[in-house]
Amino acid sequence: MPLTRLYPLTLLCISVILCMGADWRQFRGTHSNSVAADANLPVNWSADENVAWKSPLPGRAASSPIIVGKQVYVTRSGGVKQDRLYVLSFDTETGKQMWRREFWATGRTYTHPTSSVAAPTPASDGKRIVAFYSSNDLACLDLDGNLLWYRGLGLDFDKAGNDVGMSSSPVIADGVVIVQAENQGNSFATGISLEDGRPLWKTPRPAMANWASPIIVPGPSGKPAVILQSPGDLKAHDVQTGKELWNFTGGFGTITSATLSGELLLLNSGGMTALRIGLDITTPDVYWSQNRLSSNGASPVVHDGKVYVLSGSIAKCGDLQTGELLWQSRLEGRFWASPILAGGHLYYVNQEGLGQVLSIAEEGKIVAKNEMGEVVLGTPAVSGDALFIPTDKNLWRVSK
Amino acid sequence: MVRAFVATLLLSTYFLSSVGAESIQDLTKTIRAVEVNGQGHPAAIAAWKELSQAPADQLPVVLAGMDGANKLAVNWLRAAADTIAQRQIRAGQKLPIEGLEAFIADHDHHPRARRTAYELILLVDQTAKQRIIPQLLNDPSLELRRDAVADLLQKAAALQAKDEASAAFRKALSSARDLDQIDLATDKLREAGETVDLPVHFGFLMKWDLVGPFDNSEKKGFDVAYPPEKAVDLTASYDGKDGEVKWFQYATTNEYGVVDLNEVLDKHKGAIVYAHASYVADEARPIEIRLGCINGNKIWLNGKLLTQNHVYHASTSIDQYIAAGTLKAGVNHILIKVAQNEQTDSWAQRWQFQLRVCDQYGTAVLGSNR
Repeated sequence: MPLTRLYPLTLLCISVILCMGADWRQFRGTHSNSVAADANLPVNWSADENVAWKSPLPGRAASSPIIVGKQVYVTRSGGVKQDRLYVLSFDTETGKQMWRREFWATGRTYTHPTSSVAAPTPASDGKRIVAFYSSNDLACLDLDGNLLWYRGLGLDFDKAGNDVGMSSSPVIADGVVIVQAENQGNSFATGISLEDGRPLWKTPRPAMANWASPIIVPGPSGKPAVILQSPGDLKAHDVQTGKELWNFTGGFGTITSATLSGELLLLNSGGMTALRIGLDITTPDVYWSQNRLSSNGASPVVHDGKVYVLSGSIAKCGDLQTGELLWQSRLEGRFWASPILAGGHLYYVNQEGLGQVLSIAEEGKIVAKNEMGEVVLGTPAVSGDALFIPTDKNLWRVSK
Repeated sequence: MVRAFVATLLLSTYFLSSVGAESIQDLTKTIRAVEVNGQGHPAAIAAWKELSQAPADQLPVVLAGMDGANKLAVNWLRAAADTIAQRQIRAGQKLPIEGLEAFIADHDHHPRARRTAYELILLVDQTAKQRIIPQLLNDPSLELRRDAVADLLQKAAALQAKDEASAAFRKALSSARDLDQIDLATDKLREAGETVDLPVHFGFLMKWDLVGPFDNSEKKGFDVAYPPEKAVDLTASYDGKDGEVKWFQYATTNEYGVVDLNEVLDKHKGAIVYAHASYVADEARPIEIRLGCINGNKIWLNGKLLTQNHVYHASTSIDQYIAAGTLKAGVNHILIKVAQNEQTDSWAQRWQFQLRVCDQYGTAVLGSNR
């Protein structure tokens, strides 16, 4: 990969990182890669060890917390019909609830009994947060909980909904929040002005169930583009206009989301496929494809020349340049949450709340098992040296 | 504490001097103008910012802004009310409990505004539950009603005298509109030897005229208007997917009105069945037709298409699809189309529906020919 092509991407990443500090602003982190390489997290924790605080949560959720500054934001849903939507803020240091906002869903609220209307993870640009739900409700608030605007996208896109539940998380770039909602009823993706909730563009999407989240990548002239993944194709759109930049046909997973590393986009397709995309590429090309690296259980994690996936309940590591399988490690249980990479370890928390910590240096050796005793569906978040884990009952801060 | 009080006082004084209750009404009116596709946002954003600074004693006026509001505006106003109340509580100041309780007592207010008033009171006074909720057993706010039913179910379970307990469970069942509470009350009554007619409680239609299968290969039949869509003639026969088909009667015995088409017609893939029910109404009135169906479906009332949902095997539940309609006095015709696709997955084999007729609160509206 020529350095000249990597340079703009690297520069973009560095400038973004400098602005964001210890924030974890969206699903799988600010860069959608589940990596907090420098975080010094505990390897062992339990109800009475390395848990700084636990704060009770209302209702239920499969969403992940996000962190902006000194606040961690969480979405939940409640009520017998799951039509009560919550956004809560907690102080990262003390766990004290700072504020709580409530809404009523304007769209469909049926889900699989395990899941929740609060399955998509909120997102932030550092000044505002957007909370999105399976009901297609979209609330924008400032960091202090003041409502900026509220949209019911199920009213704009009649019939949009999947009664098993939807989980695609929104992404933010260049003052635009992008939402992807794919289902049999009425599939769409839309770009909405973060400033005032105005629709900037919309595009129809395949009428099939899909739970994968969009991802932001650098587009032509360094402008951000959003990649929308669906079972039959992968499309890149200009964030501001929605203009289609390229369309790559193939068979892609509908559960796990893509991860960007330099010019490589890793996603579940024929096992794991690395697509080479770039600032001036009109059509991606397949860099490698490896069926032994299927990532059907969690979105891939990429760091330091390696890609880490979850195939069922087997954690696997592959070479980022070749896709060669390097090691694998069998884990316990079933997983909803994607793993986190921090400080030389991989953190996998299964549905039963068993946190399994793998050493990367020791080729996936399980170095700790931590029983939380609570159900975990949402992917944990990291800020500084703290791991924030949402359970069916509490938000945990795990730190030394 | 003193500083917080002074700050709140100054804020209230400032706000009231610049915008009083009348202005709050203007602000809520602006917010009520929000519509789909972000229409009305610029004005509503400015109005919300101002409204959220209103003093807490104006909370009933803010909540009254929900009256007549659409679903979107209700959420904007809910956020304003929460913001005002939580700021007041953080400042160590009181909420206008009396005004909020009076607001709850007024059934003319929006159910969600009344629910909000109740939840704001609970933030500072947990004893309010026993003071307010037991009176709301038949409340138009289904959330308040649910709490009242839950309260009564709990009290009924604690009663020692069997007759008293049964009477209490019967009363709870009569008010219950949520499946879990209906099932709980029913179980308790049946354990006590009482009878419960669940189809009547829900308003499920149990007797159907069925015809099919018609072709739905590649899901194309969903948009084909087969003869039953043009006119219901229960004596007619048609060319079906596998030969001639005729109408036949079927009565389900499932307590939740489920008609299992795989059982009635044998298993078919890429197939469509029509189900018709005659419904005799004593008077013309608005109703809701509520369908649970894991297959593609359409509903007609007296020849008018009320809803269509081209969705297959994405779960099902009671009241999954709700369509508003108007009954005419006399005989009404309800027709549904139930479309099965060709998926071979084990989880994609069900072909069934359940349909009930009720009012906007989920209270059964029974036909006189039932």
